[in-house]
Amino acid sequence: MPDQLLYAIEAGLNGLMAGVLYALVALGFVLIFKASGIFNYAQGVLALFAALTLVGFQNGQIPFAHLLNAIFGTDLHEFGWHLPAIVAIVLAGGVMVLLAIVIERYVLKHLVNQAPIILFMATIGMAYFLEGLGDIMWGADIKKLDVGLPQGINETIDSVTYNAFGYGFFIDNLDIVASVVAAALVISLTIFSQYSKQGRALRAVADDHQAALSVGISLRFIWVLVWSIAGFVALVAGIMWGSKSGVQFSLSLIALKALPVLMLGGFTSIPGAIVGGLIIGMGEKLFEFFVGPMIGGATENWFAYVLALLFLVFRPQGLFGEKIIERV
Amino acid sequence: MFYREAGDFKTSYADDSQTFPIRFDRLRYYAVIAVAFGIVPFVINDYWANAVFVPFLIYAIAALGLNILTGYCGQVSLGTGGFMAVGAYACYKLMTAFPEVSILIHVLLAGGVTAVVGVLFGLPSLRIKGFYLAVATLAAQFFLVWLFNKVPWFYNYSASGQISAPERTILGQAVTGANTTASAKYLFCLIILFALAWLARNLTRGTVGRKWMAIRDMDIAAEIIGVNPLTTKLSAFAISSFYIGVAGALFFAVYLGAAEVGEAFGIQKSFLILFMIIIGGLGSIFGSFAGAAFMVLLPVLLKNVLVGQLGWATDLAAHVELMIVGALIVIFLIAEPHGMAQLWRLAKEKLRLWPFPH
Repeated sequence: MPDQLLYAIEAGLNGLMAGVLYALVALGFVLIFKASGIFNYAQGVLALFAALTLVGFQNGQIPFAHLLNAIFGTDLHEFGWHLPAIVAIVLAGGVMVLLAIVIERYVLKHLVNQAPIILFMATIGMAYFLEGLGDIMWGADIKKLDVGLPQGINETIDSVTYNAFGYGFFIDNLDIVASVVAAALVISLTIFSQYSKQGRALRAVADDHQAALSVGISLRFIWVLVWSIAGFVALVAGIMWGSKSGVQFSLSLIALKALPVLMLGGFTSIPGAIVGGLIIGMGEKLFEFFVGPMIGGATENWFAYVLALLFLVFRPQGLFGEKIIERV
Repeated sequence: MFYREAGDFKTSYADDSQTFPIRFDRLRYYAVIAVAFGIVPFVINDYWANAVFVPFLIYAIAALGLNILTGYCGQVSLGTGGFMAVGAYACYKLMTAFPEVSILIHVLLAGGVTAVVGVLFGLPSLRIKGFYLAVATLAAQFFLVWLFNKVPWFYNYSASGQISAPERTILGQAVTGANTTASAKYLFCLIILFALAWLARNLTRGTVGRKWMAIRDMDIAAEIIGVNPLTTKLSAFAISSFYIGVAGALFFAVYLGAAEVGEAFGIQKSFLILFMIIIGGLGSIFGSFAGAAFMVLLPVLLKNVLVGQLGWATDLAAHVELMIVGALIVIFLIAEPHGMAQLWRLAKEKLRLWPFPH
């Protein structure tokens, strides 16, 4: 095979893996959008916050150390212990559930029946708040996250492809783990929403709020539930992205990348989020590979948005979204 | 007592349809204008101009522009930062290419260029609506910033990739460059803001504005009663982008002096201006001013209190500021989703009955 084609395949495969990570973030969006019609801008910051909390627990940092030092003149930094990864993950998950309860009680409850744009703005406000909170609680420096996931080049794929084509593909172990985890997450979420009692209630709420209320489903409980799940998905996404590139502010920007993914896949479809993520991930890597060198590179910054924009002109509801029917 | 229509007789149609029908409102308006033009320029110093007044005036122009698009025409846009960048770079190219032409004309032309770009990115709004459109405008934001970073022609092949404004004068007074006095900066921005705000107020009262609002309230119904969605939406995009482009040009040339596109016109700017119109009030000229003032004053105030009074480290103060801004936005949305303009309206309603509420 010609080298050019091999490089393209490698870029495409890496794009697929990146797409899985986009899909993970997009998944959190879809869950909340389906259950409450809220377009949750804070999803990316949730991922950042979850990852920060996880690292903080792991390293035994004292929350709000900077703030306490500034107010009381103390010199606090760490408790001086290191928690095992699994305990830290469980604790961080607990924090996300707590956060979901707080968000429901102090924000969403008061915004019932507001226009979607108001709710969207509220989530942007929440994103700012959480960003500041995360920085104050755990410090704003870039942190290394290591929960024991394998990293680095996958030797098997490298040697197999080298023997087959004379060129070894570079595929990161972490990306493979991420794909497996994402697949497991999607399957378990599908099973949960299809077969469990809460899952059914969740789908009922997604279909019709009022009808769900009238058969005795507690909207508030469902909202806490769905935000907890979204928080959990954010935690998983945070772990994956954090292991890959460190826990830092740019983590919250992947949320923006998830938006074109959603537009492509349709806001209301879980499979759509996955397929959209894969298309965007692969598309932007291939575009960068073929067209990037001609026009100066770094096309990954905008390719996804422009692709989604062009796509929407032809199919406004996305690939798997529900057809929008408007009546006067 | 003093704030009511009673006794204020209108004897002509012109009187009847004036912008401020209540005498007290009219007087207040003239008083504000008189203070802004007659007193502030003589007492302003560099700190107040750079920290408060000039950014307020420029953001007010941008907020007016976004309010026309989002508040009056109902098309949510997250591309404001990108459009401001278009204005800034257009102004820069014009300033360096035609140094003999007045800067005022360049600023207006920069607005015109932005209007064309805005219409281009507004075209998809005919097919897609709501959040989908908001995300589509993100394409404009990221693409434009990338474009200005990657094509050296836009920054005249300067080594740093920055653009910096050369000195330009109006009536012998420098308004851009290092030698500009605080009052020159202030007056230049104020005159443009005054003209644009007057225009916006009258546009939104007239046919154009009513068409925008009809599209905002329900586009299909508007179409049925004979509002052409194509021209209406695109005119909103064009005029809104014109305002935002002018704001971008002023922001770069007068306020910053030198700018790097990703830093000065990034996605954060888009959100900042969206916050201004949400907190100020969607679909309200007063709201644009109130929101801009709020978002400009709040960080200055917080910084003075946290860093100046309590002596905290600046990075800690910046994080606390983020939290407070975020919390305030949420609190505002819960307490008054229609923004400060609605509070103002309520206050006026109360005032009309005061002091005899029955």
